[in-house]
Amino acid sequence: MSRIVVIGAGQAGSALVAKLRALDFSGPITLIGEEPAPPYQRPPLSKKYLLGEMEKERLYLRPESYYAENGIDLRLSHTAVAIDRKDKLVIADGEAIAYDQLALTTGSVPRRLPGRIGGALEGVHVVRTLADVDAMAPGCRRGARVLIVGGGYIGLEAAAVCAKLGMQVTLVEMAERVLGRVAAPETSAYFRALHRAHGVDLREGVGLERLTGETSVTGAQLSDGSTLALDMVIVGVGITPATELAEAAGLAIDNGIAVDGRGRTSDPDIWAAGDCASFPYKGGRIRLESVQNAIDQAECVAGNMLGADADYMPYPWFWSDQYDVKLQIAGLNAGYDRVVVRPGDKEGAVSHWYYARGTLLAVDAMNDPRAYMVGKRLLEAGRSPDAQAIADPATDLMALARP
Amino acid sequence: MAKITYIEHDGTEHLIDVPAGLTVMEGARDNNVPGIDADCGGACACSTCHAYIDPAWVDRIPPKEAMEEDMLDFAWQPDPATSRLTCQIKVTEDMDGLIVRLPEKQI
Repeated sequence: MSRIVVIGAGQAGSALVAKLRALDFSGPITLIGEEPAPPYQRPPLSKKYLLGEMEKERLYLRPESYYAENGIDLRLSHTAVAIDRKDKLVIADGEAIAYDQLALTTGSVPRRLPGRIGGALEGVHVVRTLADVDAMAPGCRRGARVLIVGGGYIGLEAAAVCAKLGMQVTLVEMAERVLGRVAAPETSAYFRALHRAHGVDLREGVGLERLTGETSVTGAQLSDGSTLALDMVIVGVGITPATELAEAAGLAIDNGIAVDGRGRTSDPDIWAAGDCASFPYKGGRIRLESVQNAIDQAECVAGNMLGADADYMPYPWFWSDQYDVKLQIAGLNAGYDRVVVRPGDKEGAVSHWYYARGTLLAVDAMNDPRAYMVGKRLLEAGRSPDAQAIADPATDLMALARP
Repeated sequence: MAKITYIEHDGTEHLIDVPAGLTVMEGARDNNVPGIDADCGGACACSTCHAYIDPAWVDRIPPKEAMEEDMLDFAWQPDPATSRLTCQIKVTEDMDGLIVRLPEKQI
């Protein structure tokens, strides 16, 4: 009987083992996770969980009992330290676990600030795990002064929660605009205005020089020469794929663990999925950091481990909650040359449609689920609505979506 | 606590005690009821927790908000009268006896 071991008990690892069982694989499965909690949802960490509106157990992707009931040997608080590819063993907590097929769903690790600029001071937080958010929660109280470093989704979501909690929030983004890496200037402008309207001191083109303080952070010096007095800092400057284990095992690495269309690494008995894996896409190679990708790629790999022989073809979608705005994104906008702004049917709703050479790539929808779903279904069907029609408020979106 | 009956598309019934405060989606998820994917975890960001509410119950649960209504238009075979996203229905004691039927698939 084939033995499957999965390293990494996050969204991807959880989806992978559940899919193996759903596909009636009856062999032994071991799922190894470093954290003490069973696989849980990370998106609420920077939203409802940080806000205190969601208890820990509600984050669990499946009840804790699911794993034992389905014959999945879930090893929590276990760290895999090495892969012995010759003898096909995973070394974790001093034990050698044999595999016939191995999947790496190791996720990613948040970038931290270097110690020489104060990154190791107490009160400096990142947002990735339950433990990270539990550590910052006591400091999140009315009136406390927080600096958010980084204007990506994590930084902006953290800023929204802190502002809602009545904290004094400053956010610095080193690049010329927030969301610069992932969205058009129109979307950046929307969220800049939203945060400023909620009292966030949002500064773009301003970097952090250093954090100051003895043992705990008490202040910051910014690149524009100003200084801030602070009680805490939240760092949201991106993540790096967790490739250490794969690299040490000699697997090919290329902005993540390099896999082929099937999800296979350079070792035919080892697979990878989720944040940690880069895969072929439209003639290049990409890596996606999202729930959609974690689930869909992991499920595709599960099928392929059992012989499905199918390439992973992502239909990316993503969301972010900030204040009373829900941002929903369908597609990937990389390479866009035109953005069409379309006001929604309801007050405050707007969508931004990304095109390249006349072909629809992606949609950012702000409080406009209809625009999001129409864009999503069109992209899934490989259809591209005329940009002029999208720009015309008189165009019936629902009619466009009909097959 | 409310007893909720989830009926899979193939007719398999699951009678589940769901604590008040959780959502109808979470009641299914926490008891391994197949047929509700809930990819986004309850953020009203996908439409994969779609279910049909028993007609007798439609008016006894809080109505849809605009966001849910718009998302539902794109679920698998939605019914204007009975379809709901189960992540948006918070369970109360009054929902004891609620019956929800799951669609053929989630998209």
